[in-house]
Amino acid sequence: MSSVTTGLPYADRFPAIVTALPGQGVPWLRELREGAFARFARLGLPTTRVERWKYTNLNPLTKATFEPALRNGQAIPSEALADVLPAETAAHRLVFANGAFRGDLSQVGRLPDGVTLESLGAALARGADALAPLLEHAARSADNPFFALNTALMADGCVLRIGRGVAVEEPIHLVFVAAGGDGAPAYHPRNLILAERDSRAVLFESHVDAGGGTYWSNPVTQVTVEDGAALEHYKFQEEGPDAFHIALTAVEIAARGRYDSFVLTSGGRLSRQEIEAVLDGERSECRLIGGYLARGRQHIDNTTEIVHAKPHTTSKEIYKGVLDEQARAVFQGRIVVEKDAQKTDGHQLNRTLLLSDHAEIDTKPELEIYADDVKCSHGATAGELEESALFYLRARGLDESAARRMLIEAFLADLGEDLPHAAARAALERRVSDWLTAI
Amino acid sequence: MLEVKNLHVTVDGKPILKGLDLSVGAGEVHAIMGPNGSGKSTLAYVLAGRDGYEVTEGSILYQGRDLLELSPEERARDGIFLAFQYPVEIPGVATTSFLKTAVNAVRKHRGEPELDAMEFMKLMREKRNLLGIGEEMLRRSLNVGFSGGEKKRTEVLQMALLDPKLAVLDETDSGLDIDALKVVADGVNALRSPDRSMVLITHYQRLLNYIVPDRVHVLAGGRIAKSGGKELALQLEKEGYGAFVAKAAESAGAAA
Repeated sequence: MSSVTTGLPYADRFPAIVTALPGQGVPWLRELREGAFARFARLGLPTTRVERWKYTNLNPLTKATFEPALRNGQAIPSEALADVLPAETAAHRLVFANGAFRGDLSQVGRLPDGVTLESLGAALARGADALAPLLEHAARSADNPFFALNTALMADGCVLRIGRGVAVEEPIHLVFVAAGGDGAPAYHPRNLILAERDSRAVLFESHVDAGGGTYWSNPVTQVTVEDGAALEHYKFQEEGPDAFHIALTAVEIAARGRYDSFVLTSGGRLSRQEIEAVLDGERSECRLIGGYLARGRQHIDNTTEIVHAKPHTTSKEIYKGVLDEQARAVFQGRIVVEKDAQKTDGHQLNRTLLLSDHAEIDTKPELEIYADDVKCSHGATAGELEESALFYLRARGLDESAARRMLIEAFLADLGEDLPHAAARAALERRVSDWLTAI
Repeated sequence: MLEVKNLHVTVDGKPILKGLDLSVGAGEVHAIMGPNGSGKSTLAYVLAGRDGYEVTEGSILYQGRDLLELSPEERARDGIFLAFQYPVEIPGVATTSFLKTAVNAVRKHRGEPELDAMEFMKLMREKRNLLGIGEEMLRRSLNVGFSGGEKKRTEVLQMALLDPKLAVLDETDSGLDIDALKVVADGVNALRSPDRSMVLITHYQRLLNYIVPDRVHVLAGGRIAKSGGKELALQLEKEGYGAFVAKAAESAGAAA
């Protein structure tokens, strides 16, 4: 097969690795994992000849030798991790170290009745049959090798259910801490988020690095937003400089449901954030806001697909980023409007600021429209800081670096303006300001 | 205050200023008048230090120092202020916080204590009332959605806040109706002082009815073609720039 590269991770060691995973004694789970691994082996890792991977070369990933990280994560001392935990939320926090749930670092306050929150590892070990349909579904991702690999090797993650009509005021925060150390750990967290009818919740997701070194995080997050429910989902990807982060977030939104996504990527050597959102009920809405900040030889890929499957659905998408030195970014934004999805409203914008002649953005908007009464638009720009604006600020006494920082912050300002949650806005501002101190 | 001698400037390799001389004493107000393309804005940008304006010959001394060695921000902190003909719109930069940053950059350089938010707001209120600028306007992004008049008033507000020693006003009158022009001129006049010099760059005599200059210079063909008192402006208004342009072309031809 032309799309398969050599050096498939774990290919010969899968049988040994899988026996150590939680719930392996449960027949449906064992079959699910084996089937998924066979699919992964068949699909292989995509090369740049695969259209959806055209601009992201996975060679660096295939060159590293990864170790399964389950035990490793349990053994990392708490002190090494506590320092890097993000401060923006405190009420409900689940911490995972190299993918493994760490009760000693987690802290979950009183949740309203009707909300259940537990680690996937515990649920799988129990043989939670109710999860089977969720783990098996996501047919749209069937040809995604990283989804298949995640299903084959998932060991832990978060299972969250917001019961019907329940509103959770305090954010629920999932923190994935990595500690590379000796050997390059790989982990495949699976998060299952269910927002039942008319519920409301705010989810934070952070990926931070405690120990440096090479590692690979391959998270899959499946989100279901039922009728009239609303979920805000804020993700901050701040992996270490040698890390690989390849993430898939798959979302289904039912009638009058609303999903607000924000993703800020500033970490990792090579990262891909894929979001698939299906507007599967009338008057459902989704908003995907994204920011990317890269320097050095970082590579950041944001690939999104929004499917308008039903009439009167609305999507808004804004991705903006700043690239310095030899950094590269990719934005692929696909909007599909199915035949029945009349009165669809879909808008997409991608803007990139290039601070160096060697930085590069590949941007590819894609509109596929099968309905005839729709309003869709897309736009993409890439450019440098404006000389006239820089001069204006300097002519008022700001030194060049302060002027550049002010203009970069201004460029990114509208990402934060629309974020409903104050803690998320503050978290964004702090990260942008931290990133800029190195300019 | 300012001594410009035999200044030659090229932009994109094209000579624009060709031997300009100008001497402005402390507290004096000089008007530079001239037709389009005579090099007025080039002079303004060279004084403020914009990239791309290459001085090939001549010198500029400011308070006895070589101005050309200084970056734009050093010039600004040392008291040079350029009121832009076209103030740049910068979405996402809040006007108030920009002004505070600028004021404190200048104060720090002068060895004065930086202003905190309260002190700055007090200073700002005082200055903006002078120019009839509402608080609402300053909550917007810098110059974004401002009318021509609002932009020019904000330039003068910046000048008032930064308290320069040499202010260069580049076509501050352009695009203003008569009421807006009066407001701006009053603002500028209020800033006249024995230790602040001004260079007014303008195409029209109209501005000089409101801001009366000590000296008037005609810029044509990249040089000062004639200097005189305020009455020279009135003469230009009547006779136009035609004679100067023809003469400049002649002398350029002779030089070639």
